[in-house]
Amino acid sequence: MMFLKAFLVGGLICGLIQILMDRTKLLPGRIMVLLVCLGIAAGVLGIYKPLVDFAGAGATVPLCGFGYSLWEGVKGAINDEGFIGIFKGGFSASSIGISASLLISYLASLIFNPKMKK
Amino acid sequence: MNKKEYQDYVEQVTPKVNGWLSFLKAFVSGGIICVIGQCLYNWFKSQGMMHTLANNYTTLILILISVLLTGFNLVGPITKFAGAGYLVPITGFANSVASCAIEFKREGQVFGIGSQIFNIAGPVILYGIVTSWFFGLIYWILMSIGMV
Repeated sequence: MMFLKAFLVGGLICGLIQILMDRTKLLPGRIMVLLVCLGIAAGVLGIYKPLVDFAGAGATVPLCGFGYSLWEGVKGAINDEGFIGIFKGGFSASSIGISASLLISYLASLIFNPKMKK
Repeated sequence: MNKKEYQDYVEQVTPKVNGWLSFLKAFVSGGIICVIGQCLYNWFKSQGMMHTLANNYTTLILILISVLLTGFNLVGPITKFAGAGYLVPITGFANSVASCAIEFKREGQVFGIGSQIFNIAGPVILYGIVTSWFFGLIYWILMSIGMV
């Protein structure tokens, strides 16, 4: 059942963004920034957590889930440590995603060569 | 040729996209990636991990798979089919980081790989931090005056 919910919610987010891309011709970079900001806003409004509870990976795997976890990190750090938490929570919550992307990509750049333009 | 005519011309030569078909492709492929994520999550959970830890490992594995696909040059056909279905999940983020790093290898370690690896990741991280900081500040103020 969880698989079906993950499929439907995750698929729906991707499908809606596809429509947005077809209509507006926004570049992938802008789409990703938009998704992260939307995820944060949805986290602030308290509507993303129910979605994560409902759809699991369907909500955490899309980039808006990355934004949501950023916000959860900031909020948690503020609750624990007060003002300084505003500067701490975002990076600590997103550290694994960012470090893993950078590190694995760096290693890949040592191994693989750029493709030839066809 | 005035502006209006030019826009009509651009409109005319831009390939028409079939909205429903591209929606369906993105829906199915994005859904499949999320199901793969759910499989990984369930497996890590069954190994006795807590919710957050299982999520972190899921992210890690998805990024690893995605970077390998980029490295072996298999992403082109996938994105052509999936569109936003591959871009929106964390796989799209990892792909953009890896493809920039590999692409600019020739320009050297520091100004090639070093700067370009942040080509797409940079804006995403920056605006993620700025936005969450902004809301965090409001949250902190509200908390200080006892409203939340």
